[in-house]
Amino acid sequence: MSRRRSLTLAVGLTLVLIPAVAVIVSFFWLPFSPDDTSGGRLAPPGDGHLLGTDKLGRDLFTQLLLGGRIAFATGLGAVGVGGVLGVSLGLLAGFATRWLDDAAAVALDILIAFPTLLLAMLIVAGAGASLGTAILAIGFGLAAVVARLTRVLVKQVLSREYITAARVAGISWPRIVATHVLPNIGPVVLVNLALQTGLAVLAEASLSYLGLGTPPPNASWGRMLFEAQATVLTAPRAAIAPGVALIALVIGVNLTADGLRDLADPTRRRSR
Amino acid sequence: MTDPILEADHVGFTYRGGAPVLEDVSLAVHQGRNVALVGESGAGKTTLLRILLGLARPTSGLVKFDGSPLTRTRLRDYRRAAQAVFQDPYSSLDPRHTIGRIVAEPLRGLGLGTDRDRVTDALDAVGLPADTAGRYPHEFSGGQRQRIAIARAVVCDPRLLLADEPVSALDLTTRVRIVDLLASLGVERDLTILLVSHDLGVVAELCQQTAVLEHGRLVEQGDTAAVLGAPSHPYTRKLLASVPRLPS
Amino acid sequence: MSLLTVDGLSVRDQAGTSLVDDVSFTVEPGDRTGLIGESGSGKSLTALAVTGLLPAGLTASGEIRLGGVDMIRASERRRTAVRGRVASVVFQEPLTALDPLMPAGRQIAGPLHRFQGLRGDALRNAVRAALDEVRLTDTDRIARAYPHQLSGGQRQRVAIAMALACRPELLIADEPTTALDVTVQAEILDLLDRLVATHGTALLFITHDLPVVANVARQAYVLRAGRVVESGPTLDIIERPTDPYTRTLVESARRFDAALGRDRD
Repeated sequence: MSRRRSLTLAVGLTLVLIPAVAVIVSFFWLPFSPDDTSGGRLAPPGDGHLLGTDKLGRDLFTQLLLGGRIAFATGLGAVGVGGVLGVSLGLLAGFATRWLDDAAAVALDILIAFPTLLLAMLIVAGAGASLGTAILAIGFGLAAVVARLTRVLVKQVLSREYITAARVAGISWPRIVATHVLPNIGPVVLVNLALQTGLAVLAEASLSYLGLGTPPPNASWGRMLFEAQATVLTAPRAAIAPGVALIALVIGVNLTADGLRDLADPTRRRSR
Repeated sequence: MTDPILEADHVGFTYRGGAPVLEDVSLAVHQGRNVALVGESGAGKTTLLRILLGLARPTSGLVKFDGSPLTRTRLRDYRRAAQAVFQDPYSSLDPRHTIGRIVAEPLRGLGLGTDRDRVTDALDAVGLPADTAGRYPHEFSGGQRQRIAIARAVVCDPRLLLADEPVSALDLTTRVRIVDLLASLGVERDLTILLVSHDLGVVAELCQQTAVLEHGRLVEQGDTAAVLGAPSHPYTRKLLASVPRLPS
Repeated sequence: MSLLTVDGLSVRDQAGTSLVDDVSFTVEPGDRTGLIGESGSGKSLTALAVTGLLPAGLTASGEIRLGGVDMIRASERRRTAVRGRVASVVFQEPLTALDPLMPAGRQIAGPLHRFQGLRGDALRNAVRAALDEVRLTDTDRIARAYPHQLSGGQRQRVAIAMALACRPELLIADEPTTALDVTVQAEILDLLDRLVATHGTALLFITHDLPVVANVARQAYVLRAGRVVESGPTLDIIERPTDPYTRTLVESARRFDAALGRDRD
């Protein structure tokens, strides 16, 4: 791996792992109770409040940690849904021939043309706002992109002679998919999914900002940004904290994904 | 006279709504007599090979294995008896599998157990050391990859090897070595070869019988010496006249 | 003065590995020279170096004089002036050598316009004449067709028409028939032979196929691992090879040739 790549990966992982660890710790210990509004409204840092308090008097750092839980949950959840759904659809489309294939390609292109956010908003508007709906909605949006990529990769792999050789060797189609198709498309798809994770986190923040994500009092960085709008000039901390957290996490995820791209190259495998 | 191992009986193939790719092709492969299928692009060689490998069904006529029609139930037995080597050594090996896993694949797929010794034997038969099994395809050259592909094809001890342009993508000096390997394997393992090729020199070296395919039809068929030495069909003559010859 | 002089050409990659090592040869006007080699011999890199088209990351040293211009050290402007006018190239893979988004006629018109200054009707007639010259007689249909609508042989003819449209003094052909069927190969070789004779063009023919080069080139250089291991009149190389690698190459070719010859008696 080139030095630049490993540096990218190192920086990316750091930006992701620090909040990740903080979020994990948050399940065992929080500096303040989430509902504790004793701190005084928009108080500056001090008195145990690392970052001060928000407009309701709650500890800002605690809110940040809770928001982090949502960010990670959505990022991983949406990508999980999008990944499983997208790869499944992509596999089916990849194996489809002639008119079915053309139909699948067109359908996917139409779905992708739909802005993910708009799609998510429609789903949430219809099904009601909650973390689960947000995850599903974003997941569906991602699924289309993943499916399109998977379809192309599957077609490429199916055209290789080692697939024909496997069939002549008597290997069944399910086994061919498991041992030849998935391992060969896997790395590229996984890197793509890693990149989508950043988009998923941003999508959730956008939905929450618009009031369509997890409903209050559950914290979400997007929601925090919305609530901090009114007081951004007098107490910018309340907006900067979730803003920086969001930016740092998304950059971290993107850098990690970029650093992982070398994994997609089979010639890196060393012999045992 | 025993039944031919493999036979195409008036095989025809047409895509739905398209022109015929193959028409009335009849050819038989007998044990001990290598057969060459000669033709240029568009002749239908690839389609015929897929049909003969049981990967596609002819739209007319049938394929016979050991004298009886090749049905789905007989497919596994057929595959134990007939394996294949393909043209592109850079496409026929899964880059994510080790050589050992690649060569053992037919054993697994045809229910023949996972005896590692058979893999080592196959690698040895093609002149590759046993430690090859732990390495990956990208570590090998085109000629070596083709050897690996041949090892995979012979690991289950087939009687028939269908080879699709096995040396076309190789350098001249490597080509000679692989042709020699195929010839010696034929003798050592009692292996008959059905060679699909446009290279008449290779055909002349390896095969006792030659069939010439043009636009989906067999225009000439017989002993290689006769077909190449005194061709009767104008297309065969044209093919022969086109082969660049060394000055004598 | 020789048309092309290559003197001590060496090509290295970024890691310092030598891909072409001290290669020297000349091509006189009207000459037919062959570069014989298998994969990894450096023959294609030599052709690219001669036209100043080495990929980024590779450095050339030594001297290459093409039409009087130093192709290694000259500015890109001077090198571009040489390309097409002095030397043009036909590559192995016509599908990737032609622009897939442009009809064949327009692609031929390009060099005709650039080098002969033709436009309008004169240009259209010249395109038709060029297609006729390479025996693509259905000129209107071919001119309108996109590369993927043409067969391999037709594409290669279009590529040859483009290369000769500039009336170069030297035509470099890098494995021009390797990807073609054997009957098509015979036709293309015949065409090349006729055209270079008609126009007095010099030919640098690069291939691994000994029988082909024997029928095309008067003199040849055998390349192995980036070095010239043998050179001289092609017939001498084939009948009396001195270098061990060349001997192996010739023996291999004779094997298959003899197998055919035997049957033809």
